[in-house]
Amino acid sequence: MDKTQNNRAWFLVLPVLVLVAFSAVIPLMTVVNYAFNDTFGQNQFFWNGLGWFEDMLQSERMHGAFGRQVLFSAIILAIEVPLGIYIALNMPKSGFWSSFCLVLMALPLLIPFNVVGTIWQIFGRVDIGLLGHSLAALGIDYNYTNDPLDAWLTIIAMDVWHWTSLVALLCYAGLQSIPQAYYQAARIDQASRWSIFRYIELPKMAGVLLIAVLLRFMDSFMIYTEPFVLTGGGPGNSTTFLSIDLVKMAVGQFDLGPAAAFSLMYFLVILLVSWVFYTVMTTLDKQEGK
Amino acid sequence: MARITLSNLAHSYVPQPKSEADYALKQMDHVWDDGGAYALLGASGCGKTTLLNIISGLVHPSQGRVLFGDADVTHAPTAARNIAQVFQFPVVYDTMTVRENLAFPLRNRGMDPAYIAARVSQIAAMIGMEATLDRKARGLTADAKQKISLGRGMVRQDVNAILFDEPLTVIDPHMKWELRTQLKLLHREFGHTMIYVTHDQTEALTFADKVVVLHEGRVVQMGTPQYLFDTPEHTFVGYFIGSPGMNLLDADIQGTVAQTAAGPVPLGAAYAPPQGRTQIGIRPEYVTMSASEGLPARVLRIEDVGRHRIIRADVAGTHISVIVPEGQPVGAQLTHVRFDPAHINVYANDWRVKGTR
Repeated sequence: MDKTQNNRAWFLVLPVLVLVAFSAVIPLMTVVNYAFNDTFGQNQFFWNGLGWFEDMLQSERMHGAFGRQVLFSAIILAIEVPLGIYIALNMPKSGFWSSFCLVLMALPLLIPFNVVGTIWQIFGRVDIGLLGHSLAALGIDYNYTNDPLDAWLTIIAMDVWHWTSLVALLCYAGLQSIPQAYYQAARIDQASRWSIFRYIELPKMAGVLLIAVLLRFMDSFMIYTEPFVLTGGGPGNSTTFLSIDLVKMAVGQFDLGPAAAFSLMYFLVILLVSWVFYTVMTTLDKQEGK
Repeated sequence: MARITLSNLAHSYVPQPKSEADYALKQMDHVWDDGGAYALLGASGCGKTTLLNIISGLVHPSQGRVLFGDADVTHAPTAARNIAQVFQFPVVYDTMTVRENLAFPLRNRGMDPAYIAARVSQIAAMIGMEATLDRKARGLTADAKQKISLGRGMVRQDVNAILFDEPLTVIDPHMKWELRTQLKLLHREFGHTMIYVTHDQTEALTFADKVVVLHEGRVVQMGTPQYLFDTPEHTFVGYFIGSPGMNLLDADIQGTVAQTAAGPVPLGAAYAPPQGRTQIGIRPEYVTMSASEGLPARVLRIEDVGRHRIIRADVAGTHISVIVPEGQPVGAQLTHVRFDPAHINVYANDWRVKGTR
């Protein structure tokens, strides 16, 4: 087909560019500005080059937060993805109970993040919380405000409660799209339950599963509100994840330079990991098609 | 391999069937011999697939029993029946290679790897896919995928029966013929009981030793292709088998003569006065055109189908087909149709009535 070249058409992109510039690019530039300069107020800036970046890369504090962040994301992915698949496999496929399960599963996803934090913060309290009090009554020494392990367990339980539904619902949608003939053929071929999962269900779910893992990785890597409300990063720094530490540094200590440098690196890490992840998965997919 | 017995079998997809119309399969009693090649023939929606799925255990019948040999398998799950089934549309395991697909049923049975390898290459040769054995099944064309499905159906040697549910629908014509020949060969070689569902009579007649004709959930006739052709027990069989199908004329039966609207037709046998709607049926092959003998007819059109010509004629308001063999002249002087008395069948309410000599 012949297309007429008219470069004035680029002007049509302008409104979007302006919008994105005002909502994202220009604010980001402020961050960039802080990241490369030092300031003592009164809008006076001194060039600091890569100083803040070097500081941050060598900071013990940041290494700790980064390590905790990676550990947290790894743990919740390792729990939520298999659990979500397992739930999706066992959900009713049709009828009233199918709709009932779908609604029930969607509920945690509808609760605002800070409310989720508050729910678990109260739920886990030893004096008035149902969970904390029950555990104490059973003679288990549980206190998420004192014990780092208890704090971690509570945050992980909270995230699993909040987000496993998302993985399960996506997988359920993937499973529903598999034609009955595949299951019938598998029965004829005397396939085991595991083979059916491995060779029919998993391949058909791969697409949505990729999206689920990507979403859960990004969300968990940026998690802020829920642990902030629940533990505030404590006890000590044991649940201080990257974003919590970043806010402490920027808003609490007013160290805008290091915080800006750090948030830029943080942003790039997420972008990089997501990109690598997506590319690897899609190329694997293509190779299999050959 | 086993004899398959359907005892008192019926199936309805409605939970509480009230009338006979609720049944997708009406009550039937049949024995399918061990090692037989059967074709289940019928129009779409007549219950062919339901019957097949009941035999393979994908559907459990509302009443009656299914026996393999002497074992009652009515409630046995599909996997326990050791049966192969090929569906109308291809089902392949996308992430596996063609080789793994073919080996899958054998692996599930825990066969020896050396045996699996040998068997897979044998089957690959049979379906003509040796060159693509190591490719992923996902990227293949529909008919290649269907060949894999067929191969998977044939790969186990110890199955009780192989069921084919219109397996050649998506295969292109020249390969169809080739694969049908292969199936026939396979049957001769290993003697599996094979049941082949189709609505294509050519496919049924070339494949099967015995053809089972299903009509509205009922087995109307079971027999050799020749027997079905000569003596259709039901007008549906007469109409469905043969090209074109059997001619049917409303008639009053009076002993050895049938009175039609166009005049009397002599019959090959004597009949007691039958009850209900009576018709005579005659195959186009046994109808001849003549100048004066038989019933007056008006020629509507002549179709040349190559080996012979088909004349469509109007006999007192009923359309009749006549097959004119090659070389025989057709002219305007042919104004009558003559029926060969020996090949006229009499039907009362669509079922054949036996005559006495």
